[in-house]
Amino acid sequence: MAVMQAIDANRAKPGALLPILHAVQDVVGYVPPESLPLIAHELNLTRAEVYGVVTFYHHFRSAPPGRQVVQICRAEACQALGARALEAHAKRTLGINFHETTSDGAITLEPVYCLGNCGCGPSVLVGDDELHARVTPAAFDELVKTARAAT
Amino acid sequence: MNAVKVFVPRDATALALGAENVARAIVDAARARSVDIDIVRNGSRGMFWLEPLIEVATPNGCIAYGPVKAADVAGLFDADFLHGGAHALRLGAVEDIAWFKQQERLCFARVGVTDPLGVADYIAHGGYRGLRNALAMSGANIVKAVTDSGLRGRGGAAFPTGIKWNTVLGAEGTQKYVVCNADEGDSGTFSDRMLMEGDPLCLIEGMTIAGVAVGATHGYIYLRSEYPHAHRALNAAIANAYAAGWLGADVGGSGKRFDLEVRLGAGAYICGEETSLLDSLEGKRGQVRFKPPLPAIKGLFGKPTIINNVISFASVPIILDRGAGFYRDYGVGRSRGTLPIQLAGNLKRTGLVEKAFGVTLRELLYDYGGGSYSGRPIRAVQVGGPLGAYLPESQFDTVLDYEAFAAAGAMLGHGGIVAFDDTVDMLEQARYAMEFCAVESCGKCTPCRIGSTRGVEVIDRIRANVDREKNFALLDDLCHTMRNGSLCALGGLTPDPVVSALKYFAEDFS
Repeated sequence: MAVMQAIDANRAKPGALLPILHAVQDVVGYVPPESLPLIAHELNLTRAEVYGVVTFYHHFRSAPPGRQVVQICRAEACQALGARALEAHAKRTLGINFHETTSDGAITLEPVYCLGNCGCGPSVLVGDDELHARVTPAAFDELVKTARAAT
Repeated sequence: MNAVKVFVPRDATALALGAENVARAIVDAARARSVDIDIVRNGSRGMFWLEPLIEVATPNGCIAYGPVKAADVAGLFDADFLHGGAHALRLGAVEDIAWFKQQERLCFARVGVTDPLGVADYIAHGGYRGLRNALAMSGANIVKAVTDSGLRGRGGAAFPTGIKWNTVLGAEGTQKYVVCNADEGDSGTFSDRMLMEGDPLCLIEGMTIAGVAVGATHGYIYLRSEYPHAHRALNAAIANAYAAGWLGADVGGSGKRFDLEVRLGAGAYICGEETSLLDSLEGKRGQVRFKPPLPAIKGLFGKPTIINNVISFASVPIILDRGAGFYRDYGVGRSRGTLPIQLAGNLKRTGLVEKAFGVTLRELLYDYGGGSYSGRPIRAVQVGGPLGAYLPESQFDTVLDYEAFAAAGAMLGHGGIVAFDDTVDMLEQARYAMEFCAVESCGKCTPCRIGSTRGVEVIDRIRANVDREKNFALLDDLCHTMRNGSLCALGGLTPDPVVSALKYFAEDFS
């Protein structure tokens, strides 16, 4: 249902596949693999083409994430201010690796390659648009605590 | 009494430092004290160590305070900051702060000064003068002005913008496109983001001028999905431009059509490469195309397409407003005009410095940057993003100029400068360059797709002291293959940070 709505809202656009995938993920939280045949059929594409696009882009996920997605910037400007240590701290304290979700389903940890906050790293993005600057390991623990409480 | 204007930035970095809470605290305090204020959510002035930096419009000009925390707000009201009252955080007029005063802000003239979304405010600060002039000119004369200004692609490749536009102007076709590359993925760069959040109408005007010049009626801004705040600002500004008649069927009453929309990327660094970007816009995997044909001849959906970076487009309105000569008079050598430089990483005073070409790296790192944030010596600097060379202290007198950087074996790119202190491990940085390439390779050509993975492995063996000489030779050979055999700059330039780390910081590999 949500998938069909996403298709109908965007199908008239030239190059509609990415807008459709964004719309699906915005509503469902991920791009369900079982939705690919429908998207392919409606856009007159092969399933392989749609699968190829979904899996090419880091942003699209094929399984539901945790209740909150936390992205840590791994790029150079943040490295210069301690992002490597922050990454190690996050993995250790959450007990997960990148692309994984904590056992309580609360937090999914993702790497991101630049959030455009390069003057005030290390940078962390919580959810869709909650950007944090100068994130120390202690500040990260606070963010995670708040994120857990919010879900 | 008229409401006092208070400017609180909505720039992503200002928000990350707490600007939203500050704005809320100001609104709450004003209500509690029954004071009439008018909050303007402006862009950032680019002085991040002072963010959140708020400004108050007084009869004697704008007075700044910063860095302001929500907890400071009550005290600011007590100090009568609404009339520029004395306070420990009072900075005076931004224009009098040396860091700001010494800049040459052409492209960023309005960022942080105006309401980013307000068309009337934009026009009151010189906006749409360039487009108005352009509407009275022939396409060829618009292109000539851009060519004569000496503007070169600010995305990093530095190709002359006017030559690109001229190719599209001369291309046959009833449908042409204008595409903005807003996939600002290079670490250490954020000028596109700041411009799109702080003065999106400037980008919209620049793209509209491009459309008018070459007869393109439709434009796309391809924005990276990592920029949600810029996304909102662009969509709101585009809607306002439509409502005011500056986009749509009758641009500025000229009878000419130009439509514009934002498309989101999906977290692929390679889509900053223009042909990958075009494939992505078409709804495909973002894979690099073979060139020729050039996008100017066969671009989006196979049609002639102008594709430029955000700052390239945003530099056009002032060129059409003040004339090519005005713009060309800034700069050195073949690098004309100004460059919005981004100071990032381990520096005390990070932010945006717009200067004419010709300033040295050392001036930027120490006079503007104030040295390292950590207080330790600056050991390495990477300019131009993850594909840029690492430079040591001995290279800090290099002048910001495309040719001077090329001569130093480096790349000015999009003008991002990332400083590292002496705790940096350059072997790790070289390894990361290869790792990043492996993560972000589009997979079309073998040197990039496989070479980057082999590069990580070879550097790991060097670190583990396995057959060192053999592996150094192998790494050298691999870099040579990637540099000469890759289809685009990702595989072709990944060796630059690796080779420069080896050349200048050999002790980290021993």
